[in-house]
Amino acid sequence: MSAPVDVSPPPLLSIEDLVVSYATAAGRTRVVHGVSLDIRAGEVVALVGESGSGKTTIGQSVIGLLPENGRIDSGTVRLNGTPISDWSQDRLDGLRGARISLVPQDPGNSLNPVRTIGAQVGEIFRIHGYRDRAEIDRRVLELLTRVGLSDPELRARQYPHELSGGMRQRVLIAIAVALKPDLIIADEPTSALDVTVQRRILDLIDDLRAETGTAVLLVTHDLGIAADRADRVVVLQHGRIQEQGAARDVLARPTQPYTRQLLADAPSLARAAQRRPRPASTPGEPAIVVEDLTVDFSVTGDRRGTFRALDRIGFSVAAGTTHALVGESGSGKTTASRTVVGFQSPTSGRVQVAGADVASLRGEALRQWRRTIQLVYQNPFASLDPRQSIRAIVEEPLLNFAPVPAADRRRRAETLLERVGLPGATFGRPPAALSGGQRQRVAIARALVLDPAILVLDEAVSALDVTVQAQILALLDELQRERGLTYLFVSHDLAVVRQIADTVSVLQQGRIVESGPVQDVFLHPLTAYTRDLIDAVPGRRLQAAE
Amino acid sequence: MSSRYLVGRLGQALLVLWAAFTASFVLLQLLPGDAILIKFEGGDLGLSPQQIAEIRLAYGADEPVLLQYVHTLAGFLQGHFGYSIQRGVPVTEAILANLPATAWLTALGFAVATLLAGTIAVVSSLTGLRWLRSLLRGLPPLFVSVPVFWLGIVLIQIFSFRLKLIPVIGAGEWEGLVLPVLTLAVPISAPLAQVLIRAIDEVRTQPFVTVARAKGASSRWVLFRHVLRNALGPTLTLAGVLFGELLAGAVVTETVFGLNGIGRMTEQAVNNQDAAVLQAVVVISAAGFVLINLAVDLLYPLIDPRLRKTVGATT
Repeated sequence: MSAPVDVSPPPLLSIEDLVVSYATAAGRTRVVHGVSLDIRAGEVVALVGESGSGKTTIGQSVIGLLPENGRIDSGTVRLNGTPISDWSQDRLDGLRGARISLVPQDPGNSLNPVRTIGAQVGEIFRIHGYRDRAEIDRRVLELLTRVGLSDPELRARQYPHELSGGMRQRVLIAIAVALKPDLIIADEPTSALDVTVQRRILDLIDDLRAETGTAVLLVTHDLGIAADRADRVVVLQHGRIQEQGAARDVLARPTQPYTRQLLADAPSLARAAQRRPRPASTPGEPAIVVEDLTVDFSVTGDRRGTFRALDRIGFSVAAGTTHALVGESGSGKTTASRTVVGFQSPTSGRVQVAGADVASLRGEALRQWRRTIQLVYQNPFASLDPRQSIRAIVEEPLLNFAPVPAADRRRRAETLLERVGLPGATFGRPPAALSGGQRQRVAIARALVLDPAILVLDEAVSALDVTVQAQILALLDELQRERGLTYLFVSHDLAVVRQIADTVSVLQQGRIVESGPVQDVFLHPLTAYTRDLIDAVPGRRLQAAE
Repeated sequence: MSSRYLVGRLGQALLVLWAAFTASFVLLQLLPGDAILIKFEGGDLGLSPQQIAEIRLAYGADEPVLLQYVHTLAGFLQGHFGYSIQRGVPVTEAILANLPATAWLTALGFAVATLLAGTIAVVSSLTGLRWLRSLLRGLPPLFVSVPVFWLGIVLIQIFSFRLKLIPVIGAGEWEGLVLPVLTLAVPISAPLAQVLIRAIDEVRTQPFVTVARAKGASSRWVLFRHVLRNALGPTLTLAGVLFGELLAGAVVTETVFGLNGIGRMTEQAVNNQDAAVLQAVVVISAAGFVLINLAVDLLYPLIDPRLRKTVGATT
């Protein structure tokens, strides 16, 4: 090796003036405009930005896996000084998995559903030339053990659908670290997981990284995660770098307005205390009363095997306030909300909503009762009919009840759409023309068009970027004050709950382990489970910086 | 796979067979005239009205419909399909004589169709050549719009008359099958290829394919070890449905190529309103259809482990 003029070795990864575009129906659209950044060996660099900022595209460009319509227009990606951005796919095959690997976003769909875990972990060895079956099997078990899976022999024989999301993400991490690569691209590795699982997975990545000296490019929308885990932070907006530097500096003393905005919008446990106090609710009939509610699911198709999803839970929600149901996935919070809206019948116990006993309602009475309680779902992309116009979507619930003249329907829909902050130009357009935040506004307008007393919000802001999330939460707060709405807010995100809820019930394996006013529960948790949930919320370093 | 599921499926199969039997019986009864009328009463044979009445009595042609239905059904249950009036032999005999030829034709036709569809889908998915890809992907829409009888005639024109590769008359047993099998296979391969290509394209957008590529797998490795098995489901469903198409195709193909088989026999039976033969053909086809689709349903869990349990796992 010839002595370089510069004494310091080249960075492990160096991206120089990268420009990436996608072919769309309207021609080529640029999504990354001249991005440059370096990652040194063993370093964790967080790429932070909202959806559409180009952060995922940059990760895909590095590993050569842009979607088919994507193209690097100019710029260079260098690995240890060698330009790799102009390599053919065949040549990159030798690099991928061995020197650069990937931890994907969605553990649910990132493993082949028809092949065993063992086969899919072992595959990376076979692709890179390992031939000895016994040796591969041994390495697979070693890896599965290393990423913290219990009973690795069993896991190796199981199929992805037999594992939980957290376990699947561990398998994907095992694959990513199998050949001790120089760089791992972790694309939102935990955004689909519960907070407690999220923390364990991020800890695992940290440990493995420290062991092998692997560098990590952490792509995330979550500033809290970036603050907790990264050495350096790169803030992206619309495909341009707004700011980059040591995590400490960027987050404590942001120089760009955009970074400040992101920081202000990030939900955090500390800031929630500044929330405006709710006007004292009028004492009287609570809007929702749940008593001794038990729900069993049949697992084997007969009576012998039942799974108890909810075990004698009880809570009540005063009219005009927000009650949150929190807990890990599988804790029963979605079952509880489905029972409250009457989609799931209780095995025993009582659910009273707006004065009516839900289980006793049948036929027409049940249909009429549904006006009083409406749902807003998590996924604004799937919950709107793609073939209807925005206006038609909001009008539709009115068609199901006492006839309303067409002009009246239209007026009511448009008034509501304006109220939730949608521009008039969008009313005649299909949902596909709208952003995620706008779609969730449509979903809220649709839920409100029947003038319900209660909204059930099932992870209603979880899929949104922080800035949009903050706007939707503010909208929900205003609507509640205006209309005296009662919210049942189901969420795994405790920081959001802290921001919007008055009271909270913490669910664990179908039981309520703790409940009360949000302030009390969050500041003085009584159980280790609740403390765990609270501790797992990312962004400790953010709070420390404030 | 629970045995309860299997018993349920078999029960369904029997119900389908009975329904096919009954529906075809009713339809055949509704037709004006019958086989006896066509064969004996045309006047060519010079039979007296009394002789004809005796024949009608012998065949039980004038019994009350309900009684005929019960008799025929009882006969079918015992494996007696009645007599072919046109041929003057038991239907069972006629079918056994013609079944092997049709079985070979359809089995080979289906195998070739599958091979053709698989090749089109795989090659068009792997090739880096844009023109080849467009060409291959243009084939299924072309194939699907070609009528079977026309294709048969064109193939005879080209291979027998122009190129003189295969004699029209007096070809060997296997040699004689080449063109009919091709004729049958091409239109069947088209929807198979289309569905397989679509499924491959869809599976390729799945995150697990990206993960496989990120491991360093080549596009061939990814296609054969990850994509194909996941893409097989819809194709398999369609293959079961296409079995009916295959039988319909056999009727035309056997007629065009002058092969003796169930298809040809059906065509002649229709012309002569030979009800017993038609009834038997319908029930046998239905049985084939039911068996194939049962096999398809039992294959799913082998392809996709998620279907091996009745209860879904946690997401």
